[in-house]
Amino acid sequence: MSKTLELPELPSQPIRSGFGKFFHWFNTPRGRRTITGYIFIGPFILGVMVWVFYPAVMAAWLNFQSWDLITPPKYVGLKNVETLVKDSLFWQALKVTSIFTFVSVPLSLMISFSMALLINTKVRGIALFRTIYYLPTIVPAVANAVLWAWILNTDFGLLNSLLHYFGFAKVGWLQKPQYALPALILMSLWGVGQAMIIFLAGLQGIDDVYYEAAKIDGAGNWAQMIHITIPMMSSIIFFNLVLGVIGSFQVFTAGYLITNGGPQNATLFYVLYLYRVGFQYLKMGYAASLSWVLFFIILFFTAIIFRTLGRRVYYQ
Amino acid sequence: MSTETTPMAFQQAQVGSFRKKAARRISISRMLILIVLFIGAVIMFAPFAFLISSSLKTETQVFQYPVQWIPNPVRWMNYVESLTQKPFFLYFRNTMLIVIFNQIAILFTASLCGYGFARIDFPGRNFWFGVALATMMLPYYVTMVPQFILFTRLGWMDSYRPLIIPYFFGGGAFNVFLFRQFFKTIPEDFSDAARMDGCSEFGIYWRIFVRLSTPVFITVSIFTFMASWNDFIGPLLYINSPEKFTIALGLSTYRSMMGVGRTRWDLLMAASVAMTAPVVILFFILQRYFIKGVVMSGIKG
Repeated sequence: MSKTLELPELPSQPIRSGFGKFFHWFNTPRGRRTITGYIFIGPFILGVMVWVFYPAVMAAWLNFQSWDLITPPKYVGLKNVETLVKDSLFWQALKVTSIFTFVSVPLSLMISFSMALLINTKVRGIALFRTIYYLPTIVPAVANAVLWAWILNTDFGLLNSLLHYFGFAKVGWLQKPQYALPALILMSLWGVGQAMIIFLAGLQGIDDVYYEAAKIDGAGNWAQMIHITIPMMSSIIFFNLVLGVIGSFQVFTAGYLITNGGPQNATLFYVLYLYRVGFQYLKMGYAASLSWVLFFIILFFTAIIFRTLGRRVYYQ
Repeated sequence: MSTETTPMAFQQAQVGSFRKKAARRISISRMLILIVLFIGAVIMFAPFAFLISSSLKTETQVFQYPVQWIPNPVRWMNYVESLTQKPFFLYFRNTMLIVIFNQIAILFTASLCGYGFARIDFPGRNFWFGVALATMMLPYYVTMVPQFILFTRLGWMDSYRPLIIPYFFGGGAFNVFLFRQFFKTIPEDFSDAARMDGCSEFGIYWRIFVRLSTPVFITVSIFTFMASWNDFIGPLLYINSPEKFTIALGLSTYRSMMGVGRTRWDLLMAASVAMTAPVVILFFILQRYFIKGVVMSGIKG
């Protein structure tokens, strides 16, 4: 390892004054490097302090306050937590978001993994398929919401037209409480392309040597899948599972724009509720409590996933 | 003609027909896979087709059930109408303003910071990098409310400042992480040679690393563009005057605007296409970097 250039030795008498000591240190390579390093990362660290650390601390403080931004904040102790536990909308939001996450994420992972496997079989036109499957994921969230609001339209939407072709009656996707969340889950499945290309890249990274050795030993396709493909892909699958869960818990735009939490709070996503409490009802303290609960819930589920499935992940 | 039935010829004939049978067997499963993929592709593409076809229909046609795929006549006026009913070009200009500032800010600060972490060995480097990684774990929504309060106190409400200025300070640990990983792959020899020629650290960064890192810059640039272009909750929170709206915000208000009578879905679809088109065009130009970026973030984690 090469190091930075060493400067010639400075005078050997001990420097007495504080500034002198600093000046000495500043002129050593190590001192120079330290200063330079901190100059380079300085803006970022400053940013982290101001935009992340300080708000986090303030959020912790807010947790114990009641504040509507107009009148001064009032200390209320644990009352926010008490309100939270008694708030039926909180539980509803938690329920909606949990169902959404734990249905759409596994489903989407399974679909995208299967698609990746299919595409990986060197069929003609891989690039075209890849593009078509990935394109939906780059549609802006707002445009996506508007589009799907129209697709799910009861009277004139695409989905009901398709059902019509198969002889089914119209379904009130966005109007009936029992159908609204499934409709949004369906919408989320349109975006499997992103996970698919990640899996595809991972699959292509598995050395053929393994498969050849397995074939020589007489392993069929299914055995190859279980003993080679899945273990080698397990770290990628796991990573995308965790990211997927974390991301799904924070869905906002779709809920806000398509159904605005309705009908009858059937699609009241957690962050949507948080937004309402904080910015429509102006209950800053309670909103902070909600956001901390969200944080801990995500942490909790992440920990569970790490404990259960994390054990079985194979790292190279 | 007498055909020699020597063992060799016989064997070859056997292998030949076996190969043909095997080839046919393989091609059946290949066909099946192709069919499934094709059906999937049709399903994936259907919403796009619906989007575009609805955007070109007349008002009466768009309210037909079941859906007619091909509009007749094709109404290009929808685009003109929907983009002028609301000052769409104003929104476009506003959004581009934010996007461009963010690009410059992030590319500069995140790469500087990534260079610092990758290439300068200073005490506390690992600690601060750990801190950076830790910030990625905190969801946006935990800091959303306090940040709002902070910006209100600073008097930055109803301006673009909350949407731009934070990015001048490193813009997200993720981008810093990407730069750092890439910079680490550049050989030390370059830095050493430059230092021997008397180059400062910033000079090394600027003259060597930036020149060598075009792929990363493009990837980060794409990510930043997408994030700024699509950003909805940011403008929702911090922009109140209609003339400052971004495209995302503008499109979201179309629906309420058309509340009287029936919602003009044809115009809505046209506006949605207008919002999506630039992103799609960007994708087709920079496909390689899109895919590479997504894959990198999905695997290297």
